[in-house]
Amino acid sequence: MAEEITTTEEKTVDKDIAALLTSPPKRAPEPTPELTGKIVKPKIVQGAAAHYKPHVAKPEIQEKLGFPGTLVENWQEAAVAKMRELLGKYKSLQVYMDICVRCGSCTDKCHYFLSTRDPKNMPAGRAELFRQVYRKYFTTEGKIFGKLAGAVGFDLSLLAEWYSYFHQCSQCRRCSLYCPYGIDTAEISMAAREIMDSIGLGQKYTNEIIGKVHELGNNLGMNEAALRNAIEFVEEEIEEDTGIPVKLPINEEDAEVLLVTPSADFFATPHLESLVGYAKVFHQAGINWTLSTTAAEAGNFGMFIGSYYHMQKVASRIKQAIEELRPKRLVVGECGHAWRIAYAFWNTLIGPFDMLNQKYPRPQHICEFTLDLINRGALKIDKSANDEFVVTFHDSCNVARATRMGDKPGGQFDIPRELIKAVTNKYVDMEYDTIRERTFCCGGGGGLLTDELIDVRVKGAMPRMQALHNVMETHGVNFMALICAICKAQFTKIMPKYGIPMEVAGGIHQLVGRAIVLGAKE
Amino acid sequence: MSGLTLLYTLFAYVAIAVFLVGFLARIWKYATTPSPLKIPLTPAPVNSVGVVYRMVQEVGFFKSLFYSNRVIWIGGYLMHIALLITIVKHLRFFFKTTPTALAWITSFEIYVGFIFFGALAFLFLMRLVIDRTYYLSLMQDYVLLILLMLIAATGILTKYYVRTDIIKVKQFVMGLVQFRPEAIPGDPIFIIHFTLVLLLLIYFPFSKLMHSGGIFFSPTRNQVDDAREVRHVTPWAVKG
Repeated sequence: MAEEITTTEEKTVDKDIAALLTSPPKRAPEPTPELTGKIVKPKIVQGAAAHYKPHVAKPEIQEKLGFPGTLVENWQEAAVAKMRELLGKYKSLQVYMDICVRCGSCTDKCHYFLSTRDPKNMPAGRAELFRQVYRKYFTTEGKIFGKLAGAVGFDLSLLAEWYSYFHQCSQCRRCSLYCPYGIDTAEISMAAREIMDSIGLGQKYTNEIIGKVHELGNNLGMNEAALRNAIEFVEEEIEEDTGIPVKLPINEEDAEVLLVTPSADFFATPHLESLVGYAKVFHQAGINWTLSTTAAEAGNFGMFIGSYYHMQKVASRIKQAIEELRPKRLVVGECGHAWRIAYAFWNTLIGPFDMLNQKYPRPQHICEFTLDLINRGALKIDKSANDEFVVTFHDSCNVARATRMGDKPGGQFDIPRELIKAVTNKYVDMEYDTIRERTFCCGGGGGLLTDELIDVRVKGAMPRMQALHNVMETHGVNFMALICAICKAQFTKIMPKYGIPMEVAGGIHQLVGRAIVLGAKE
Repeated sequence: MSGLTLLYTLFAYVAIAVFLVGFLARIWKYATTPSPLKIPLTPAPVNSVGVVYRMVQEVGFFKSLFYSNRVIWIGGYLMHIALLITIVKHLRFFFKTTPTALAWITSFEIYVGFIFFGALAFLFLMRLVIDRTYYLSLMQDYVLLILLMLIAATGILTKYYVRTDIIKVKQFVMGLVQFRPEAIPGDPIFIIHFTLVLLLLIYFPFSKLMHSGGIFFSPTRNQVDDAREVRHVTPWAVKG
C-alpha cells in the first residue's frame, strides 16, 4: 500500500518535470492589442500569461556553459543553496528581498503587465515569486508563519512559474525608476535565471547564443569567412550606391578606432543600414578604424542570465581584440544592452583601459562619436536627404536607465536626439510618459527575442506602439529611430502585426548615412 | 516594585534590545554585502554630493513615488510625516524639562494624531480598493497597518479622552533610561498603547519596515554614475 502511494507520487513528479521541460504546444497567434493611442491601467486577470514560456535548453547547450544538462535530482536544495550564495554576493538582491512594502507604485509600470494583465507580470508580483522562496528559507517571519506570511516551499509548480514569469521580464528597469526604494526587478530576474541555470533549467535562446559567442565570437554564430563576405558585400553596396569606395577594415592593427558592434549589424535588416552609416562617418571624417573578428559582437547575453562569469568571459574577447590590434579608441555601435555592459560593466569586467587614449571616453558610444564629429564640422551633412522622413526616437531601455552618454546626466537622451536633429529636418518626440527615462521597452529585450515568445513580444510592445501610433496620426511620423539591435529586430517583426510598416523602424546611423555627403572635404 | 512594573520593565528592555540588535544586524548585512557591478538607475548623479541630494529627495520627499502615483504618495507621505512628528513629540518623555521646540509641537499635535490615523486608514482602504494592491497584499501588510492604527488610536485616547498622567509616564520612561525602574502608570489605555509599541519594535527588524534603513543601501539609488571614469572592483568580482 505504502509502496503504491510512493509510486503514484513519483509518477506525478515525473510528469510535472516532463511538463516543465517540454516546450509549450504550438498555438495560433493571439490577437494583437488594438491601437487606441491610449495606455490604460487594466484590471488584473490572474493566470492570463501563465501559458507563455520559452524553449528549455537542451543538455548539450547547458553543458557547454558549465550548467547541469537537465534538472538535477536535488534541485530544490541546490536552488536554495544558490539563492544563499547570490544573497551574499549581490547587495541589490539582499536589500530588495527585504524592503518591498507592496505599496503598488510599480504595479502599473511594466509593459508586460499592461498588455497581458497578469498580476504576476506586475513587478512586485513577479518579484513575489522569488520572495516567497526567500521568506520560506531565509526569514524568521517565513519560518514561523509559513504560508500566512507569504512563505512558500520551492516546489515544481512554483518552479514552473519562475520559468514562465522570469522569462517575461525584459530587465528594462522601468519598475526601478518608479519604485520609492529603487527596487530593480532586473536584478531579481537575473538572479532567478542564474538559479534556474544552476539547477539545469536554462533558456534555449539565450544559452545557445552565449555558447556561440564563446565558440565563434558572435551571437549569429558566423565564422570569419562569413563575416568577411558580409563586409565585402556592404562595401560593394556602398560603392554601387554612391560611386565612392568606402572601406570597412577588418583586423587592422594600430588603427585609431576599434568599432565593436552587435553582429546583427553585419547581416540583419535594418541593422545593416546603420553599419553603412558608421562606415561613411569614419570614411568621411578620415579616421582610421577597424572591426575585429575576435570582437565581432558587442552584445553580451551573459547579463540576461545574471552570470557574472559568462558576462566576463564574453567581454574578455573585447580585451583580447584590443591587445591584438592596439587601437587608440574603443567605440561601440548601436545596441542597448551592449551599451549598458560596455558603459557600466566593461571597466569592471575587463578594465582598466590604460592602453587606450585617455583623452576620449573609454568606451565611447557611436552617437557620442558621430555627434562630436558633426559639432566639430568634420562631416558634411545634407539634411534634405532625409526630408521624406518625420522622425521620432525610441529611447532604448538599457541606454536610458542604465547608462549615460557625454558628461552630463541625461546625455543618453539628448545626444541621440541632437544627432537626429543634425541629420534631419523634422523631429517629433513621443508622449512624455513614454520617452527618456520613462521609456517603455520594445518588448523583446532581456533574452525574449525568440519566436516561441512572439505573443509576449507583440503584447509587450503595446505601450510603445500606442505612443508611436499617436505621433504617426498627429504628426505624420514615418520613421522611428533606434539605437539597439534588439529593438530593431523586435520592431521590424512585430510592427506589421499592428499594421505599421516595418520600414518605420531603423537605426539613427541609417539616417546619418543618408545625410552624409561623401567626397570632397570642406 | 509591583509585578506589573517588573513585567513591563523587562518587556521594554527586551523589546528595545531586539529592535536595536535586529535592526543593526540587518543594516550590517546590507552594508557588508558587496555590489559587484555599477547599477545606478540613470540619469544618476555623477558625484557623491549628487547622490546625497538624490537620497534627500527620495527619503525626504518620496520623489520617485511622487512621479509614479500621486494618490499613494499623498497617503504615504502624510503618514510618514505625521509619524515623524509623533516620534519627535514623544521625545519629551526623555527630558526632565520639556525643550521649547517639543513644547511647540504640542500646540498642533491634536491634528497630527488624527492625520496619522487617517492616512493609515486611507492606505488600508487603498490596499483593498485597488485590485493590483489587493492582489499583492499579504497578511503582514494588514497587520502592520492595524497595529499602527491601534497605536495611533490608543495614543489619541490617552491624550484627549482618558487622559493619562504624563508626569507618571515621564517618570517611568526616565526610570527605564537611567536603569532605576519606576512604577508604570496603571492606566489600561496607556498600558495597551505601550504594549503595542513594544510589539512593533520587536517585529520591526524582521519586517518590511526595514525599508527605513534599507533604502540607503539601494544600489540603484546610492551609486555614483562614474563607471567609465572610476574602475569599480569588489572582492569576489575579480579580474577575469
